[in-house]
Amino acid sequence: MTDTAREQVAPQTIQVTVDGTPVPAVPGELVIEVAERAGVYIPRFCYHPRMEPVGMCRMCLVEVSGPRGFSLQPACYVRVADGQEVRTSSPKAAKAQEGVLEFLLVNHPLDCPVCDKGGECPLQDQALSHGPGESRFVEEKRHWEKPIEIGPLIHLDRERCIQCARCTRFAAEVAGEALIDFAFRGAHIEVAPFPERPFSSYFSGNTVQICPVGALTAAPYRFRSRPWDLEQVETTCVTCSVGCRVAAQSSAGRLVRYLGIDSEPVNQSWLCDKGRFGYEAVHATNRVTRPLVRRAGELVEARWAEALREVAAGVRQSDQRFGPGGIAVLGGARLTNEDAYAWSKLAKSILRTDHVDAQLGDGLPAELVLGLPRATIDDAVHAKALIVLAPDLREELPVLYLRLRKAAATVPVIECSTVPTALSEVAHVRCGYLPGEAQRLAGALVGDGSIEEIPGADPAEIERARAVLSALSGEGSDAAVGDGVVIVLGRPSLAEDARSIAGAAALLQRALPGARFLSVLRRANVHGALDMGLAPGILPGRVGLEAGRQWFEAAWGELPSDRGRDARGILEAAASGELSMLILLGADPIADFPDAALARHALEQVDLLVAVATHRDASNELAHVVLPVAGADERFGSTTNLEGRVTRLAPKVVPPGVAWPAWSVAAELARTLGNDLGCSSIETLSREISRLAPAHRGIDLDQLSAPERRDGIVAPLAETPVTLLGRRDGTSPRPIDPMATPGIFSVEEQGAPLGAGTALPVGGSGRRASSPEGARPPLLALGGLEALGLGGGAPGRLDAYSFRLVLRRALYDHGTLVQASLSLRGLAGQAVLAANPHVLEQLGVQAGDPVRCKSERGAIEVPIAPDASLARNVVVLTANLDDGANALVDAGSPVTDVRLETLA
Amino acid sequence: MAALTPENFERARAIVALYPKARSALIPLCHLAQSQDGWLTPEAMEDIAALVGVTPAEVRGTASFYDMLHTEPVGRHVIAVCTNIACMLGGAYELLEHAEEHLGIAVGQTTADGEFTIEEAECLAGCDTAPCVQVNHRFFGPLDAASFDALCERLRSGELGGDVPHHGTLCRVERAVGLLATEGERGGDER
Repeated sequence: MTDTAREQVAPQTIQVTVDGTPVPAVPGELVIEVAERAGVYIPRFCYHPRMEPVGMCRMCLVEVSGPRGFSLQPACYVRVADGQEVRTSSPKAAKAQEGVLEFLLVNHPLDCPVCDKGGECPLQDQALSHGPGESRFVEEKRHWEKPIEIGPLIHLDRERCIQCARCTRFAAEVAGEALIDFAFRGAHIEVAPFPERPFSSYFSGNTVQICPVGALTAAPYRFRSRPWDLEQVETTCVTCSVGCRVAAQSSAGRLVRYLGIDSEPVNQSWLCDKGRFGYEAVHATNRVTRPLVRRAGELVEARWAEALREVAAGVRQSDQRFGPGGIAVLGGARLTNEDAYAWSKLAKSILRTDHVDAQLGDGLPAELVLGLPRATIDDAVHAKALIVLAPDLREELPVLYLRLRKAAATVPVIECSTVPTALSEVAHVRCGYLPGEAQRLAGALVGDGSIEEIPGADPAEIERARAVLSALSGEGSDAAVGDGVVIVLGRPSLAEDARSIAGAAALLQRALPGARFLSVLRRANVHGALDMGLAPGILPGRVGLEAGRQWFEAAWGELPSDRGRDARGILEAAASGELSMLILLGADPIADFPDAALARHALEQVDLLVAVATHRDASNELAHVVLPVAGADERFGSTTNLEGRVTRLAPKVVPPGVAWPAWSVAAELARTLGNDLGCSSIETLSREISRLAPAHRGIDLDQLSAPERRDGIVAPLAETPVTLLGRRDGTSPRPIDPMATPGIFSVEEQGAPLGAGTALPVGGSGRRASSPEGARPPLLALGGLEALGLGGGAPGRLDAYSFRLVLRRALYDHGTLVQASLSLRGLAGQAVLAANPHVLEQLGVQAGDPVRCKSERGAIEVPIAPDASLARNVVVLTANLDDGANALVDAGSPVTDVRLETLA
Repeated sequence: MAALTPENFERARAIVALYPKARSALIPLCHLAQSQDGWLTPEAMEDIAALVGVTPAEVRGTASFYDMLHTEPVGRHVIAVCTNIACMLGGAYELLEHAEEHLGIAVGQTTADGEFTIEEAECLAGCDTAPCVQVNHRFFGPLDAASFDALCERLRSGELGGDVPHHGTLCRVERAVGLLATEGERGGDER
């Protein structure tokens, strides 16, 4: 459905009276929702606005009028009817609520002084506001062993549980994996996982956030702080590119907790455990706190000026040897937009190199990401059909997986993947394919090319997918073909060349011109970094180098003459001695680039390796100069998620040692080189972006700071003034429910009025005096794909003795962030090679036996594990566990084939 | 301790096929698994979960709700002593205490030889024979200390084998929920 079509479905309204006040309502709404809109708070425990009602706790009993007069009904379960009258605080309702609360407290231990929830506990609060004040219960309360660990991160205190079923419903309904459920009954009821099967969901932390008592507590937060000692800011999680809104809370200068904020268009209050508990990495012992320079082979601490002089000397030396093309900048996907802009400006206008890439060969070509028509997450969940050509989203972008999983109930999902993923379970059609065949599969889906004989694909499934797509175009409207289709685009396997995916995207776009794309790159601000020009041939604001040359040269000065190299090109050039200097912006190519051997060789070859880093990692061990920068929760700025949504970041703690924000490292380096980057503060940078970057016109930190922009602004802004606050379905924003998101933040927010929609001035009058003359350059559009040499690169035939490698990523990995978080580091799984059981049989090995996996590039030894869902000609490895799997991949080849040998 | 035997697994699949939604077969399958081992082993619950498309935690959650399904090992004879009002007035608590003493176990426990488990039950609808007990869901009563001891002896000796089958045995459940009416066996009923 298009936006206008959605708005046109204006639901009929009815009248309901709540405590004497008439309130308009929509049939099907719950009494509790309507009352809330009227400003009447009904006490509740089990009700959660993001889950189906169950009416379990009975706390919300109110008097509701019916044909036979008033009766007590649970407000969270009863739907409104026209002319209905609701009394929420009549003596009868109040008595019922008091009675329920007295019952709930019968078995509650009242150990509030030692309970984490004490001070922000809905049971405490509502016992005070709606309880009887006194208990008549003198008998012995029930006793349980307390607490028990039900999962690696979650502790359960069964005595405190009031059986609201929020956690069990979350697990079954939202996360889709009911690893916990109620067991037994009556007074013996308890929330329990199955024996020997811990509650190890990637989303387990959400149950702690929504538990209305202290029954579920998170291991990392237990006994760390009291709610009244917490300070907090609202910011964006920078663990992955979904960009969930969070409240970052600290106590005594250390981060102690993240809570998810109910951002309607993004995370809807949920977080994944990696995002929720990854804050521990901020205080890790391997943070870089002071500049380091290499002296006699060792990295030793130095002053900033000394370190910057060393880098400047390297720049001059490189200029002498190679001219401007001798320097390359790799990474930047973990910076803020302002940091990325500053480094992009430094690289392209002062260092005059276009050898710049924020991605590490594990993403998609920048032109493709920036040039394809974009979809938002809301577009995807309201699409007519979803085509998912992406890796396992539960492993890579967990909260996006939650949103899409929910959408699959109403939207037909066509999944194209090399191996089954978590989404396969709910997908309507799953088209498997052999790595390297993505482009042919995409062609077959849209009727371009034969559906027969695509390796690894089942013609019947392709036929079903085509039926879904042709049913859409059969609607006979004048809309473009594919209108309302959203394509989720990523790399299903890192061992499959991005060109195959780019080719598939180009085919889909040509056949479905109305379709929009959601590019699922993993690193937090990779989309912001690309937007800011940290990619070859790209300038800030989604502009091509040539298209934007005049505009940006007027503002910045001379730009590089030619399009530069991408990550693979940079590493290949460095390895063959064609580069003098390499700057790593928080990047760890040895761990993350799919071809580890090439990355290591490249890093060892350059004359000067500079790492701008928050943590020590494998790559900056090799650096000559390491510059410490502020990381997550330590800096102001903005970040851009996979939709192109720009949100504001806020610092909560101070950076360690003498770490600077990354933009000021760029500014100081420019100064050391005798230049001026022209930015003295984050605000001036932000305004410069808003002024110069075409896609970001009118978006700056001032705009993002307004409370009604808490959900961020999707770039680019429409040319006409837009109302940012109003929701796309025309409803007003959901008031924050302190029960949905317990925590002091939401309670403070509860009373704050959310202002009416504000029109944002954009268009002709928005230009400032200092903008360059001439027309603003156009945004990148797709069309030049073939010209860029994308597509093609057909894989060779798989011989009978080989297996095609699928390289996936796991959520809990051996990367810097997870390994620096004490609570998460142990969760990273053991590396295994997954193969069809038939393969194990053929090799004559048992599950767990080590095998040698050999490609033309290298060999590793890894235990084998059977997986019956795999085809017999593929094997699966995980790239980011400590198995060195990325040593097998040849970045230059379309696919990687491996052979397996047993170890005698 | 066992998962479903291949034979019972096939039977379970046939039962699942009887229902429009697979998860409707959850309780019949619990009875099937209990008939195999006398109780629901974790392995059997995992099998059931896979068969009906829920998680093992949900199978255990459902099974543990019902008194007739056991998620812990029980003896060959599960003796349920009613302590509801009619039986209580008839001396049920004294009977229960005697039973505990005689068998040397507390309520909820199983004798070391695996013969007997004692349970305390709410009304078994045998008020006319109060105080009454159920052994593997067969009624006995009214009982006193001496007749209880005698009953135990007869159970132990196997004398009542025909009347009181091994705990978990299906016969009644089969009639009630149609376990017999699987694909192969249904033919005869269609006349």
